[in-house]
Order: sequence, then C-alpha cells, then structure tokens
Amino acid sequence: MKIKSLFAAIGMTAMTLSSITASANEKIDTSNIHFLIPGGPGGGWDGTARGTGDALLKSKMIEHASFQNMSGGGGGKAIAYMIETAAKQTDTLMVNSTPIVIRSLTGVFPQSFRDLKPVAGTIADFGAFVVRSDSKYTDWEQVISDFKANPRKVKFAGGSTRGSTDHLAAALAVKIAGGNPRRLAYIAYDAGGKAMAGLLSGETALLSTGLSEAITMADSGEVRILAITSEKRVAAAPNVPTLVEMGYDVKFANWRGFFAAPSMPDVKVKALADKLGALNKTTEWQAIRDRNGWVDLYHGDRQFYKFLEEQEVVLGDLMRELGFLK
Amino acid sequence: MSEGILLGLETALSMQNLMFVIFGCFVGTFIGMLPGLGPITAIALMIPITYGIDPSSGMILMAGVYYGAIFGGSTSSILINAPGVAGTVATSFDGYPLACKGQAGKALALAAYASFSGGTIAAIFLLIAAPALSKVSLSFQSPDYFALLVLGLTAVAAFSSKGNFLKSLMMTLFGLMLSTVGTDQASGIERFTFGQIDLLDGISFLLIAMSMFALSEALLSIVGKNDTNNGATPSSNMGSLKLTKQEIKQVAPTVGRSSILGFFVGVLPGAGATIASFLAYGLERNLASAKEKLKFGKGSLRGLAAPETANNAACSGSFVPLLTLGIPGSGTTAVMLGALMAYGIQPGPRLFIDNPEVFWSVIVSMYVGNIVLLFINLPLIPYIARSLNLPKQLLTVLILFFSLIGVYLVSFNAFDIFMMAGFAIIAIGLRLLNFSMSPLILGFILGGMLENNLRRSMSLYDGELTFLWDRPITLTIMCIAALVLLMPLISTLKGNKQQAQPAVAES
Repeated sequence: MKIKSLFAAIGMTAMTLSSITASANEKIDTSNIHFLIPGGPGGGWDGTARGTGDALLKSKMIEHASFQNMSGGGGGKAIAYMIETAAKQTDTLMVNSTPIVIRSLTGVFPQSFRDLKPVAGTIADFGAFVVRSDSKYTDWEQVISDFKANPRKVKFAGGSTRGSTDHLAAALAVKIAGGNPRRLAYIAYDAGGKAMAGLLSGETALLSTGLSEAITMADSGEVRILAITSEKRVAAAPNVPTLVEMGYDVKFANWRGFFAAPSMPDVKVKALADKLGALNKTTEWQAIRDRNGWVDLYHGDRQFYKFLEEQEVVLGDLMRELGFLK
Repeated sequence: MSEGILLGLETALSMQNLMFVIFGCFVGTFIGMLPGLGPITAIALMIPITYGIDPSSGMILMAGVYYGAIFGGSTSSILINAPGVAGTVATSFDGYPLACKGQAGKALALAAYASFSGGTIAAIFLLIAAPALSKVSLSFQSPDYFALLVLGLTAVAAFSSKGNFLKSLMMTLFGLMLSTVGTDQASGIERFTFGQIDLLDGISFLLIAMSMFALSEALLSIVGKNDTNNGATPSSNMGSLKLTKQEIKQVAPTVGRSSILGFFVGVLPGAGATIASFLAYGLERNLASAKEKLKFGKGSLRGLAAPETANNAACSGSFVPLLTLGIPGSGTTAVMLGALMAYGIQPGPRLFIDNPEVFWSVIVSMYVGNIVLLFINLPLIPYIARSLNLPKQLLTVLILFFSLIGVYLVSFNAFDIFMMAGFAIIAIGLRLLNFSMSPLILGFILGGMLENNLRRSMSLYDGELTFLWDRPITLTIMCIAALVLLMPLISTLKGNKQQAQPAVAES
C-alpha cells in the first residue's frame, strides 16, 4: 500500500512538473494534434489524416492524436466549423486537398483557404492517363492526333464528377497539346474502381486517374500508363514518361495538406509546419507514404500559401476555359 | 487448382484462422444487427486489428465480418422494419409482415437458412471458377447496367396489388426524385440543394431508410395507429422456428435460383448485393402463380428467401472482381482492397500466382464462415426475437435511439437528424393515406445508379438512343423487362376475354 501511494505521489509530482513546463512553452506546444477530416471514414482525406497521425505517434513526434470525421458539403461543413469554433480549435489540423481550391472558385462554399491558416502541403498524387494493355495507343501523341481529328472518338473515363480533378487533369493535358478542352468527352463514374472497370470493359479508350491508383494495376499488367502530369519522372514508375518531357508544359498534382483555424498564432503554425516537414524524413512516414503510393510534395507555411495562390490561378484559368467558371 | 484448394484448406483451417473466422462472424453479426451500422462500418473497425496479423488472417477476419454483417443485417429488417444496408431492404418487404403475423422466429430462421445456402452455393462457384469469371465481371457496360436497373425497378409491381397501382407508381417516382438531390455527376451541377451545403452530397440511403421505415413505424406505434400496410405491429409472439416439410419444398427452388442469380449479379462490379436482392425478389414474384403472387409483400416465404439468398450470394460474388481484377464493386470491398494493399498485396490477375495462400484461404474460409454463422445465428434467434416482447414504451425508444444514432455515426452531421425528423413526418402522413414506403425506397436506391448509367450510356453513344439495342446484353435484358411489365396486362386481357370474371392479375 505504502509503495503504491509513494508511486502515486511521484506520478503526481511528475505530472505537475510536466504541466508547468508545458505552460511555459504554451505558445508552441504541438504535442497534441486533433485531426478534423471533412469526409467519412475510408476516403482519401481520412487515409491521409490517420496515416499522418499514426506516423507522428509512432515516430514519437507527438504524444496524442485524435480524429474527427465531419462530412457534408464536399468539405464545406468542416471549413465552416473550423472558422465558427476557431477559439476552441487550438490543436486542430484539418486535412484537405485540391478540391478546397476548386470548390471555393466555383462557389460551392463561400470560404477559401485565405479564411484559414494553411499549415503545410505534404503529399501529392499526380494525374495519369491509362489505356488497356491491348489498346492501339502506345504513346500520348497518338491520343492527341486522334483527339484533334475527332474528339468524340477519344473518350476519357474518370472516377469522379465532371469538373473534378480527374476531369481537369485530362482537360489541361488536351489543352496544352493544342486541342479544345471543351470538346473533351469525359465520362464520369462513381468511384475510381468503377472507372477502371469501365476502361477494362472497353467502354472508354482512356482513363484519367491518380498515379497511385494506376500504378498497381499497371504492375499487374492489366493496363499501361501513357503519361503522367509530374514535372520529373517518379521513382515508383521510372518507365512512365511525363508530359513535360514530351514537350507539353503540363504540371498537375492533386495535393493534400493541412489547415489550421484562423486564430492559430503564426509561431504555432510554423512549428506545426516544421513538424510535418520533419516527419517527411522519418521511416515511419515513408513506409505509410509508399504503401499508399503517395509522392512527397512538401510546402510549409508561407511556401504553402504561395503554392495555393498559384493553384488558384492555374485552376481558375482552366475552369474558365472549360466553362465551369464565368 | 486442387493444390490451391489444399493450400487454402491448410491456411484457413489453422487454429488461428479458425478463431479469426469465428471472431469476425460474431462481431459482424452483432454490428450488422444494429440498424444503421452496416458492413462498411464493421470492416473499418477491424482495420487497425488487421495491421498486426498476416495477410491471409486479416482477409479472413474481414471477410468474416463482411458476411456476418450481411447475415445480421436481415435481423433489423425483419423485426423492426429498419434495413440498415441497402442489400437487406428487399428482406423487409416480406420479412416484416411475417414478424407482424407472429412468425418472427420462422422468418429469422428462414433468413438464416437462406443466407447460409446462398453463401455456400456462391462459395462453390467461386472455388470452381473464380479466375475464369473475371471475364464475366468485365462483360457488362453502362447500357447493360442501365437495362439491369430497369429490370430491377419492375420489382415495384409487387406493391401494386390491391388496386394500389397508381399509389405505388407515385411513390416510386417520389423515390426517384429524392435520388436526384445533390451534385449531378455527369454535369457537376447542383440540383435541388437550395443553397444548403448539407445537401450537396445528396441524401444518404441510410437516412431515408431509417426515417421512412424505422422512425415512422416507431412513431406510428405511439400514436396507436398501426402500420397501415400490414394492419399490425410485430406480434410479441415469435412463433415456432421450425419450417414444415412443405414449406422447405416450396422454398428450395427459390433458394437455388436466387443463389445463381445473386452470385452472377454480385460478380458485376457495377451491380452488387442490392440490385441482386431486388432482381431475385422480382424474379420469384414473376415465377409465382397468380394466387401466390398476391402473398408477396404480405409475408410470403418465397419473397423472404429470394432476396436473403441473393444478397449473400452476391457478397461472395463480389470477391471475383476484387480478387481477380483488383476492382472493388462496392464501398465495402473498396475498404478491403485498401487493407490488402496496405499489406503490399496487389489483387489482380497475378494474385493467385503471387499470393495463392491469400486467394485460396479467403475462398475456403467462406465455407467455414457460413457454417459458423449458421451455428451462431440459429441458437440466438429465440433470444433476438424475444426483444419484440419488450414493453412497447421501451422498444419504441430503442428503435428511435438506434436509428438516430446510426445515421449520426456515419455523417457526424446534426443537419441529418433534422432531415430525418422531416422525412419521418412526411412518411407518417403518407402512411396514414395508405401509401406504401417500399416503392419509394426502391426508387430511391435504384434511382441514382439508374440515372448515372443512363447518362453515361448517352455520353458514350454521343447522345444517340442506339445504346438501347446496340449490345445484345442490353437488348436481351430490356426485352425481359418489357415482358415482365406486359405479362400481367396480357393475362388480364386474356382473363377478361375468356370469362367476364374480375381479373386476378394485378398491375
């Protein structure tokens, strides 16, 4: 009994001490992170947030991680929540991706990344253009020349709504090659897997998808990847040419990153951004990243803000050209 | 292949993996029984556990949870008319009326036998022909799916009996309309969202099912006005569990047919358990004699056995595109695909060459799983059915609690709760006016898929209607659908001509 109470006393003292030290560094205490996920369990945002939290915990960079799913409004619900309850969200990071830019441009939700504190962009998935293994197309140039001859004959499948990243990547690639992106025949499916089934069953000649999804199917020999939208070749698919090296200046990445509430002090934003940057070098994160086929695309703090502004211009121009924006 | 089966047997029957099957089935059954928690939730809960064990065991565990949840899902449909998964909606059509008649025990037992048979027969198909069936998976294109969904919609005829044709049609249309709320996939434009960001993603199936079926049912029972369709709330008497010889004879061919139909529909990545259950229900009704037909929707044993068999068979079937092509046909198999890839295993044509132990052990574990499920479920039925004996004050509150929590746990959005209340009120009004909710949910579930496939077909054929007859599969299914719709009409006309007696056939 005595020993037990002794331990309890030591424990209490230790806790008091640690809370004192914590309050001394209160401004940059980043040992607890609460992840807000704007979509349901099992989606891409969910995987990114939980993967990041998991790696931070395993590499002992934080002490506690919690997760909260809040779907609705294509992510708009969670953004509004972050802003409304900003005072309480001192340790919250919301995960988001390219759609935050697209959807604030189209006015799906009234806010934009400027109403939040962008912390860091961490990973990206590049666009990939895929054909069946037995397809007549062996390189991207053939696709373009067919498209120019008759755009109706070159249909692109995609795993999401018209105007989503799959559609925009294909439209951008066609536009830079001198085709009319408005005439692109984009066939929308409910999910990436269904779009892949559409391609394999012969419904469409091409599939516009994320590289991570295409790579595994290409490895098993069911499909071939004609081109990707990264600047340089990707280590995971060294044989796949980029559009840039073919002479088309197409750089398109579906990035994912983290945002904080508008009230978070800049020092803390910087500290969190640095922490996510340091995470990049840990083996724990590399394992999770590679397992999911994500590519490292780190932009921290101010750099991330600048990156978002650029994205807004590029995507805005493209969407105007496609008629999604007036 | 026999080597593969042996390898599968060896892996699946190891002590550890047997434990995982039993554990998975147990957890799955219980989660599935709770209205609102379906297989996706159940499997998502298992993912952290699977990280620590080897791939075969992980897949066996998840597969066990998957068919456990489907097995258990029928329970809430039958007992409290609260289908938590789209695949068990058709089960409630005849299961709930049976429970109302005081035959809850028999209905649950029949559901268990039907699920077992469907799952086992489908597992045999899978074992014999899985690699070869990957071609079947890819044989369907959007126009074919469209035709299949039209055929599925004809199941609505089952509710048009007793001169309710117009009312059923109105409710089907109402369901189809509700399915158009949200962002339109083919154009990216918002429809009927009224500027509400909460409506952007459309209305979830669970919300509609829970509010229109379970909530309105529970609330009506408070008012004292019982379900107008069936004229009774579930009787506290659960009745006997035993099926008579005659009943078994009557149901056996249904189970056989529905297993085959369900399995092949499940193999198609764009279809799955829901469409399979509606098609099987429609098929059984069309094959039934005119007198039998009248029982459908009011507690027909065949009407219960068909969808229950088909949805389990379809779940096994959905492993074909997942394992042989790496294509998930449903949200649930998509989560499983994610888990497989987390192991560094790529499902696809090379899976049963590169990782034969995973491939075969999953298939073998399905037999084990189905037997385990039967043994878990049968002895539990009396206890589960007895939950209907709870005082009404308590049962109603429990139903309200589970249906509201179930919806909230999926979306974490309080707006959904308000929407549920609104829909429950609408449903109560409609029920009091003698409208049946089943056609509405049928229209709602099939509506989204129907529209997307139609729009895709139209874009693929550049706006021409030629897709309707261009492909033999489409044309055949369309002809069957037309036949199903016209048959009653023809027989009515015939009946009128032959004798001046009132027509027996309906719709």
